[in-house]
Amino acid sequence: MQGGGEPTINALGQFRLEPVGYLGSAVNFTQSNLLMVIAAALVLLLLYYGSRPRAVVPGRLQALAELAYEFPRQMAVDQIGPEGKRFFPFVFTLFFFVLMGNLLGLFPFSFTYTSHIAVTAALAVLVIVIVTIVALAEHGWTFFTYFFPSGAPVFLAPLIVPIEIISYLSRPVSLSIRLFANMVAGHVMFAVFAAFVVMMGRWHGVGMVAALGPLAVNVVLMGFELLVAALQAYVFAILTCIYLHDAVHLH
Amino acid sequence: MSENMGGPGESFEDRLRAARKRQGMDAPAATDETTSSAKESSALGLGLRVGVELVSALAVAVAIGWGLDRWLHTLPLFLVIFMVLGGAAGLLNVWRQVGPAPRR
Repeated sequence: MQGGGEPTINALGQFRLEPVGYLGSAVNFTQSNLLMVIAAALVLLLLYYGSRPRAVVPGRLQALAELAYEFPRQMAVDQIGPEGKRFFPFVFTLFFFVLMGNLLGLFPFSFTYTSHIAVTAALAVLVIVIVTIVALAEHGWTFFTYFFPSGAPVFLAPLIVPIEIISYLSRPVSLSIRLFANMVAGHVMFAVFAAFVVMMGRWHGVGMVAALGPLAVNVVLMGFELLVAALQAYVFAILTCIYLHDAVHLH
Repeated sequence: MSENMGGPGESFEDRLRAARKRQGMDAPAATDETTSSAKESSALGLGLRVGVELVSALAVAVAIGWGLDRWLHTLPLFLVIFMVLGGAAGLLNVWRQVGPAPRR
């Protein structure tokens, strides 16, 4: 934590945005934006250098690139159906943007851009707008029958239609909150236990031994956060696929 | 292995499919059961997901109700109605995620 004096737990300071350099402060280019650019560049480099050898038997990098291509593609086709291939670029981009954000944030001195609700909400709004546009383009006005399931008694329409509309509109909210809350929770736990290491290390005599406890917790947490990072990216992408399935097939 | 080699009536795709089937390379299509259970990593994850669904539906409903009230100057009316509807929508969301047999 801050050098000098009694160490305090400053768990939320890590989420503060700081402009990068002189040019950054001129155009409000923060470390969050920098990490986004790095994430995009890493994915592009992986695909470029991974697909360059074009070996029949892929090497490690090519195997990784092929896996990175096949996995979201399979997810889109499985969840949406054969039409899913059209949405594969979108799903791929979302999945890797979120995954890279989650994973890059685990490096020391890095920043997790998915821990800002502004970012996750923007992604979720993008998803819901695209899903709605796809549904309207596919089905025209019949899209609005989505809000009233066929077979339900008509006199229940005043009850069912608002509930379905609220349910539809709550999708981007839950989508963004889920990702943002998971990331914030993980990084706050890191900061809290790291502060415990410093605080307990100052105890006389037993300090260095006692501090091993929270240090071990942080090591375990890192493994857990790797899981959460991959899982949340997967959940974000697969929910997008499920929403796209609903848009293409209406129920 | 050799019975399908160069069979006259079959396209390459058919033979490839037959060969893949023999070798067990075509994984059976994932059922909804496996995909939904794969998402549930733990009880904690399930609880978190359910909580997020409930709260987000309620938040959207309260926002709509409060907005309508502000617009029509009927303050408690729509807020109360939409809070109930929001709770119902939250339960609907949860049911769609954890309930049996997704609508496919």
